[in-house]
Amino acid sequence: MTEVAIRELSPEDFEAQERELREVWRTPSGWRYWTSVNNTQIGLWYGAAAFTFMLFAGLLALLVRVQLAVPENDFLSADVFNQAFTLHGTVMMFLFAVPIFEAVAIYLLPSMLGARELPFPRLSAFGFWSFAIGGVFVCGSIFFGAAPNTGWFMYPPLATDKEYSGIGADIWLLGLSFIEVASIAAAVELIVGIMKCRAPGMRINMMPLFAWYLLIVAGMILFAFPPLIAGDILFEMERMFDWPFFDAERGGDPLLWQHLFWIFGHPEVYIIFLPAIAIMAMIVPTFAQRPIVGYSWIVLAAVGTGFLSFGLWVHHMFTTGLPQISLAFFSAASEAVAIPTGVQIFVFIATLLAGRVIFSVPMLFGAGGLAIFVIGGLTGVMVALVPFDWQAHDTYFVVAHLHYVLIGGMLFPVVAGIYYYYPLIDARRLSDRLGKIAFWLMFTGFNVAFFPMHLSGLRGMPRRVFTYPAEIGWDWFNLVSTVGAFIFAAGVAVVVIDVVRPKHRQPKQEMNPWNAGTLEWISEPEEAWGVRSIPIIKSRYPIWDQPGLLEDIKAGRYYLPDAQDGARETLVTSVLDARPVQCLRVGGTSILTMVAACSLGGVFVALTFHWWIATLVCALLTLAAIITWLWTGTAEIPRSDMRDIGLGKTLPLYNSGPQSVGWWGMFITMAGDSTAYASLMFGYFFYWTIHDDFTAGHSGPGIAWPLLAVVLFVLAWLVMLLARRANAADHPGPMRAALMVSAFLTVGGCMAGLAGPHLNPMDPTTHVYPAIVWVVAIWTVVHGAVAIIMQLYCLARSVAGRMSARHDMDLQNVVLYWHFFVITAITSFGVLGLFPAVR
Amino acid sequence: MRLLPKEVESLWTLFTAPTIWAAHFLACYAAVAIYCEKAGAEDFTFAELRLALVLITILALAGIVLSAWLAWRQWGFGSGDPPHHAPTREDRLLFQGFATLLLSGLSFVAVLFVAVPLVVIEACQP
Repeated sequence: MTEVAIRELSPEDFEAQERELREVWRTPSGWRYWTSVNNTQIGLWYGAAAFTFMLFAGLLALLVRVQLAVPENDFLSADVFNQAFTLHGTVMMFLFAVPIFEAVAIYLLPSMLGARELPFPRLSAFGFWSFAIGGVFVCGSIFFGAAPNTGWFMYPPLATDKEYSGIGADIWLLGLSFIEVASIAAAVELIVGIMKCRAPGMRINMMPLFAWYLLIVAGMILFAFPPLIAGDILFEMERMFDWPFFDAERGGDPLLWQHLFWIFGHPEVYIIFLPAIAIMAMIVPTFAQRPIVGYSWIVLAAVGTGFLSFGLWVHHMFTTGLPQISLAFFSAASEAVAIPTGVQIFVFIATLLAGRVIFSVPMLFGAGGLAIFVIGGLTGVMVALVPFDWQAHDTYFVVAHLHYVLIGGMLFPVVAGIYYYYPLIDARRLSDRLGKIAFWLMFTGFNVAFFPMHLSGLRGMPRRVFTYPAEIGWDWFNLVSTVGAFIFAAGVAVVVIDVVRPKHRQPKQEMNPWNAGTLEWISEPEEAWGVRSIPIIKSRYPIWDQPGLLEDIKAGRYYLPDAQDGARETLVTSVLDARPVQCLRVGGTSILTMVAACSLGGVFVALTFHWWIATLVCALLTLAAIITWLWTGTAEIPRSDMRDIGLGKTLPLYNSGPQSVGWWGMFITMAGDSTAYASLMFGYFFYWTIHDDFTAGHSGPGIAWPLLAVVLFVLAWLVMLLARRANAADHPGPMRAALMVSAFLTVGGCMAGLAGPHLNPMDPTTHVYPAIVWVVAIWTVVHGAVAIIMQLYCLARSVAGRMSARHDMDLQNVVLYWHFFVITAITSFGVLGLFPAVR
Repeated sequence: MRLLPKEVESLWTLFTAPTIWAAHFLACYAAVAIYCEKAGAEDFTFAELRLALVLITILALAGIVLSAWLAWRQWGFGSGDPPHHAPTREDRLLFQGFATLLLSGLSFVAVLFVAVPLVVIEACQP
């Protein structure tokens, strides 16, 4: 980065700039407040909603503990008990643990990276509303006695039994699928934000560790959540239409669900744990008042854990009768993951030893949490050993283990984060006295509640029993656990009181009360613009090492100190060295995100109750809302090509292809989509491995129709490449013709794809083979239909003059979609047509 | 012709060694899972399958060593010590080299861990 002369502004110019910025980033008032898309609001709402869900799930846990306090208790009926523990687990995992990290990330990341906003603020808003609607839907079910009641991992055949599980399983499957959409949206937002929107000069060796962790976690979401979505599709098809994916009598296998669930479920534990430890990686240096010791080692730990966590899923399935050598692979990987996990703890200890430690409430929660987590980690090493797991599986030992890991590794660090970051929200600190009381209540309560569960588990108490006989020797452990649970809950209540108590009599404090070194502390709670001007970063701890930084930022002496065209803007920089490459205009306040989320929510709710017409209407509404959103808010052609961003630098306002954030968004979304597809194909081959003849004598789709589909889709893809070339050469006529030809070919491909299973009549309810063939064909054809919508969209953009040779972002992104789609189509119809013949 | 690739500037080199670990893990798991389900259908024995997987393990370890060597080169063969926090391209490169080297080490150990069952378990269901 070359040094440039910093110019001084006249007071009038300075105030004019501030007025502009304030107007552009203004938070709407009245009911329109809820249409805001600014990261500070979305982050706060997200966090508040997740925290509310947590309190609700905590109350359910207290009900569970009351029921188990004494033997042969009848406080709850068996059915309500089943609903309570299922909802407790589900809500804690899906509505608190994962979303709270999205909330913290959306709130903190822009200022931490020195950006005004993340690249897709409306996507964040859409994600939040999807999450809120889905969450209320899932939680509300218990008030109608309709909550899921088969445990948070929904094992078939119990959960596919309609008589037992009622509508609860559908609420779980559809409600959570909807929330997974929100998580994947957040992942796209975070990856592109961290890679492309850092402040100039913030090279990857200088990124805050929080950003490193979040980058890895977002990548993990992309590969962990889609298998669950694929599993949800199979599960819902079985429940709605009786397609026998998990029904052993008709060739299905309940184990496939366990695989798909845990391919999601185990990485999820680390998706929950890593962001919490990321908060610790920000807190520890502040209270040691020195840079972290072993920055690269933390990167090693984050990346290493991210990868290894995908090789652990079968350790939840040690008792399902898989070959022992398979179990041993997963046992080995489960032991290996302890290495990077341990590295992080040692890095924190080393940093504290090397610095001068300031004891404070955040450190108390952080240290207490790590102590608890270490115990959970050690019992984890125990249950990762197959023979021990055979004894402990499905007992309270596992319940104790998972709560030690999750509460120590996630809840305590999050509370530490609340105490640490609260001044960013309100410019005031939370109470030290209440914080200490809360900590000691939570810490002792937690251990009193959960430590005895190791012992009751070793004495054979199974999970999920609603009561137990008196003479079996579990009574004291359970009574103690219940007492501990209430002490713990009292601690949580103190935290809640501390957060919500009125603080207007408390004076506002200076920014950065803990004297932290990282950039998130430059943000001003009173202003919505994020940073007054985007600084040039030269250190991992810029506030410590760059004297005058704060004053220069506030005086607007850096990049983008104004808002010339009345647009919200932030900088796009290069991945490795953070050189500025583009001035990005991001979406502003809009109600479209809420409309899109509500109508998509309508689709899922209507599906639950089998209201087909309402489903269709909501789906069309969703499509209309999304297309309006894209048409009015994306790929806009700027009035001028370049923008003076200050300090003598001028940047383009429009980029397309790999240069643009939209292209990256599409790439990352499709990576997730491909993972879901790969999971479906895993299902296809899974059925092949478990049967001698996986077609069981049923007719297949034949060879001709699937291969015709492959040919048509490949032709359609080639014509799309021609369309892109014609557009680059500024020949709009041939480009439009190519788009139309390609759309026709795609229609043909879709019809040929469905013709195979339709004309060789394959009835998906008779056996799993026709069912899995239909699912793969339908998945591919639905993607073909989306491809057609995209082609027509590009056509319309071109006709409307919103796309040209220079401004070709739409077409570039659609061609990228086609690259992924053509691979899907070749694999799907190639396998469906040829595999039964060659196997 | 050069034996080793030139230095590339990319974020993705960081992930080479863990990706090799993942591929090796998947190969071991898939091969064994399919063999044990289809036992008897193939015309090779479990011992031969284990031998093949051990060879794959050696290949994977070799790949990781290569990635480690490239990382070591990028780290200037250990010429500078961390923390590599200066705002320069050189320090960014050194940081990438060092972090990649660490990840190669972890991946090497993790591949060895996963290979242990191949050595000691002689049948699908002993």
